[in-house]
Amino acid sequence: MSTRRIFARPARYAAIAPYLWMALFFLVPFGFVLKISLSQTAIAQPPYTPVFDLSEGWEAFKGAFEQLSLENYRLLISDNLYILSYLRSLVVAITSTLILLVIGYPIAYGMARLPQRWQGIAMILVIVPFWTSFLIRIYAWINILQHDGLLNRILLALHLVSKPVVWLSTDTAMYIGIVYSYLPFMILPLYATLAKMDRALLEAAEDLGASPRKAFWLVTFPLSLPGVGAGVLLCFIPIVGEFVIPDLLAGSNSLMIGQTLWLEFFTNKDWPVASAVAIALLLLLVPPLVLYDRLQRRQVEGRR
Amino acid sequence: MAHTVNRLSRFNMTALALGLAFLYLPIVILVIFSFNASRLVNVWGGWSLRWYIEFFNDRAMLEAAWMSLRVAAVSATFATLLGTLAAIGLARGERFAGRALFSGMLYSPLVMPEVISGLSLLLLFVALNAERGFWTVTIAHTTLTMCFVTVVVQSRLASLDRSLEEAAMDLGCNPVKAFLMVTLPLIIPAIVAGWMLAFTLSLDDVVIASFTTGPGSATLPIRIYSEVRLGVKPEINAICTLVIALIAMLIVAASFASKLSSSQGESAAPL
Amino acid sequence: MPLLRIEGVTKRFGNFTAVNQLSLDIRAGEFFALLGPSGCGKTTLLRMLAGFETPDEGRLLLAGRDIAQVMPHERPVNMMFQNYALFPHLSVRDNIAFGLRRAGMARGEIAARVAEMVALVKLEGMEKRKPDQLSGGQRQRVALARSLARRPQVLLLDEPLAALDKKLRESTQAELMELQRRLGMTFIIVTHDQEEAMTMASRIGVMDTGRLAQVATPRDLYEAPASRWVAEFVGDVNLFEGQVISREQGRLKVTTREAGIITVTEPRQPVTKEIVTVAIRPEKIKLSRRGLASSADALQAINRFEGEVAEINYLGGLTAYRIRLDNGAVVRSVMANTARLDVDGYGSSERVAAWFAPDDGVVLEQ
Repeated sequence: MSTRRIFARPARYAAIAPYLWMALFFLVPFGFVLKISLSQTAIAQPPYTPVFDLSEGWEAFKGAFEQLSLENYRLLISDNLYILSYLRSLVVAITSTLILLVIGYPIAYGMARLPQRWQGIAMILVIVPFWTSFLIRIYAWINILQHDGLLNRILLALHLVSKPVVWLSTDTAMYIGIVYSYLPFMILPLYATLAKMDRALLEAAEDLGASPRKAFWLVTFPLSLPGVGAGVLLCFIPIVGEFVIPDLLAGSNSLMIGQTLWLEFFTNKDWPVASAVAIALLLLLVPPLVLYDRLQRRQVEGRR
Repeated sequence: MAHTVNRLSRFNMTALALGLAFLYLPIVILVIFSFNASRLVNVWGGWSLRWYIEFFNDRAMLEAAWMSLRVAAVSATFATLLGTLAAIGLARGERFAGRALFSGMLYSPLVMPEVISGLSLLLLFVALNAERGFWTVTIAHTTLTMCFVTVVVQSRLASLDRSLEEAAMDLGCNPVKAFLMVTLPLIIPAIVAGWMLAFTLSLDDVVIASFTTGPGSATLPIRIYSEVRLGVKPEINAICTLVIALIAMLIVAASFASKLSSSQGESAAPL
Repeated sequence: MPLLRIEGVTKRFGNFTAVNQLSLDIRAGEFFALLGPSGCGKTTLLRMLAGFETPDEGRLLLAGRDIAQVMPHERPVNMMFQNYALFPHLSVRDNIAFGLRRAGMARGEIAARVAEMVALVKLEGMEKRKPDQLSGGQRQRVALARSLARRPQVLLLDEPLAALDKKLRESTQAELMELQRRLGMTFIIVTHDQEEAMTMASRIGVMDTGRLAQVATPRDLYEAPASRWVAEFVGDVNLFEGQVISREQGRLKVTTREAGIITVTEPRQPVTKEIVTVAIRPEKIKLSRRGLASSADALQAINRFEGEVAEINYLGGLTAYRIRLDNGAVVRSVMANTARLDVDGYGSSERVAAWFAPDDGVVLEQ
C-alpha cells in the first residue's frame, strides 16, 4: 500500500454520488432518445406511440416492443432535407474551425510570447468574454450587423459602399457569430501548449541554422499539435450541433442539423423524428468525441 | 537576431490587440447603446436610463430574470458539490471499475451539442412523468455545469503537490482529515471558480432550458431569445448590460474572497 | 535492543524491486545516513519508515513494535520532506502547530511548544509569515521545526539540504548536527551527497540497487571499503586487480597487470580468494622526483613505480595528478598545496616516482 492507495478508497466513495447522477441524467436519457426514435408520432401526451407502461402488464409491454420500427431512420435517408442539413452542419463546422484556427493561433502565440507578468492579464482578457453571456454576445453582433447598424454606418461613412450591405441572415453573419463565440475555446488550449514550450528549443533551432520561420514550422508548430487538436475538437463538436447562432444570424433557406432537430421538435411536434435526428447526429460525433475524451483525459491527468 | 525578434513581437502584439478588440468591441458597443435615449437602436440620442426603467416595469421579463437567478444559484451549488466530488474521485481515486465510463460521462457534456442534451433530458423527464418547470431546468443545468466544475477542480487537484497530503498524514491526520485540512483549503479558489462558471453557464443557456422548462416558467435567456428573434430592442441592451454587470460583480467578489481566505490562518478555518 | 530494526524488508513496484531483503539496525540517538546513487532505493526505504509505502515483505520494528502496516498518522515518526511540503495556506506558527493540534495537545502547551521550536530554529518574529514570504533557508527551518515539534522517536530527513546553495548548506549541516546532539534524537537522513553524509552522520549505510552495500562509520567507509563498488562510489580510488602470489609476515604480495607486484598489509580477516583487487586512495600515493636525496622514503618504499606526469589538475587546496607508469597503467595522486608558491609541484611530462606504504592499500575480494 502507498499513500496514493490510502487516499484512493475515500476518493472513490466521493465519486459515487456524481457517478449515479451522471448515469441517471446523462447516460440513461440516451436510452429514451433511442427508444423514441424508433416510435411513431401520435396526437397524444406524450406525443408518440408506443408508450411503455409496465403497469399494463407484461403482454402489453411486449406488444409495445413489437411496434418499434426503423421508419424514422428510413425517412432521414430518403428525405433530402435531413441529408442536406447534415452536410451543411459539417461544412459550417469545418469551415469555422479552420477560420478559428487561423485567427486563434496567432493570438495564442502572441500571448505565449508576452513577458510573464503580462501573460496572466492577457489570459484573463481572453477568458472574461467567455464569462459574459454567449447569447448577449450574439445579440451584440446583431446590433452591429443590422441594416442601419454600426458596421454599415462605418462602411458608408468611409465611402467603401454606396448603399447598406445586407449582413444579417447571411452565412457571413453566422460565421462571424460562430468565430466570435468560440474564439476563447480555440485560444486557451493553444495557449496552454504554447506557453509550456521551452523557449530554448527555438533558440537551439536557430542556433542550428534554422531561420525563425523555419524554426516555427519545424519546432513550434509540431510541438503545439496537441493544443491544436484540443482546440479543433473543442470547437468542431459543438459547432456541428449549433442552434442559436445559425438561427439568429443565418438565413432560413438552408438549415443546420441543430435547427432541423429544433424545428421537428418544437414546430412539428414530431418527437420521434427529432430523436432519430439526434441519434444520427450523435453517431456522427462519436469519433471526434472519443478523440476528445482521450485528449482531455491526457490533459487533466497527464501532469502527474 | 534581435531585429527579427522585434519584428516578430510586433506581429504578435498586433494579432493580440486585434483579437482582443474583436472580443470586446461588440460588448462595449452594446453597453454604451443600452444608455441610449433614442428608440432607434443605432441612432445616438443622448444618455438616458430609460430602457432600464422599462425593464424594471416589465413584469414578464422580471419574472424570467428571477427564475433564471434562482435556477442559476441552485444548480450552480449542486453542480459545485457534485462536480467537486467527481473531481476528487478522478484525481485521487486511482484506477477503479468504470472509471473510463465515469470520465467519459463527465467530459463529453462539455462539447455535446446542446440540442442533444436538451432533448434527451426532456425525454427522461417525460418518461419519469416529472412536472416541467423550475426543478427540471435546475436538474438539467446541474448535469451540464457540474462537468465544467469537475474539469476546473480536477486540474487543480492534479497540479497540487501530493507531498502536502503526505506531510499532513505524517503530522497525524487520517486521509479524510488530511484532505479537509490541507487539500480543500488549497483548492477553494478552483471550487469558487467552478461555482461561478456553473452560475454563468446556467444564466446563459437557451437551448437546454427551452427543452426542459414547462409552460409559464420561461428563463431570462428564453425571453431574450424570443425578443431578439423579432429584432433588436433597446430594452434588451439594458438587460444584457445588467447581466454583464452582475457577472462582473460576482467575479470581483470571488477574487476578493479568495484573496481574503488565503490570508487567514488555520484558526479561522472551519475545522 | 536497537531503537529501529529493519528486518528483511522488500518493496517492489511492478517488476522493479526498489528495496531487496534489506536488514539494518539503528540505535537510539544515532545520526544515520542512507547514502546511494539515485534509484538505489534509499528514498523508498525512508518512505516505508514514514508509512507512505508498505513493505511487501519483512518487518519494521520500532522499539519492539512492528509498524510495517501502521498508517502514517499513527506512527511516532516524523519526516522532513525534500521540497519541505509546507502548507502554503498556513502561517509559520500554524505549520509548526499543525501536528500538535492533531495530537490533541492543550492550547497553552501548543503555544509553548511552538515558541520553543521557533526559538530552536531561530525564526523569532517570523511566526505570522506565510511560506511564500520566506527565503529558502527559512522554509527549510520551518520544515525542520514542524517535523521536530511532535518529538518523534525517529526523525526522517529526505535530502533536507538539497535545495540550499553550497554556503548555506554547510552552515545548516553544522546546525543540524548541533541540534541532533542537543535533543539526543534519532535522525535518519537520505542523501546522495557523500560529503554531506560524511560530515553529519555517525554511521552511514551505502545502498546499491535495493541492498545495503556497507554500513560503517564515515572513516571506515572511506579507509576500509567493503567492496570495489563502495570504494569507487565513496571518494576517488586507484584499483589494481591481480593474483595473490605470496603471504609472509603479515604481508601479501599481489601481482597485477597494470602495476606489477604490489605489497600490502594482510587484512585482519584472512584473504580467501586468489584474485583480489587492491584499492589505494589517491592521496595515499606520494610522488617524488627521481633520484633526489631528500626522498629517502621514496627510495626505501616497497611499492615504487616510475612514470611521468600525464595530467595536472589544480583544484585550489589540492592538486590532482595523473601519472602514466612506464608499464602503461595510469594512477591518480593528490597532493595538498601546503605552500602558496609552486615550489613542490611537478611539471607536465616530468619523470617522477609514485609510491605508497603497504598499510595504505586495501585488499578487496569483491
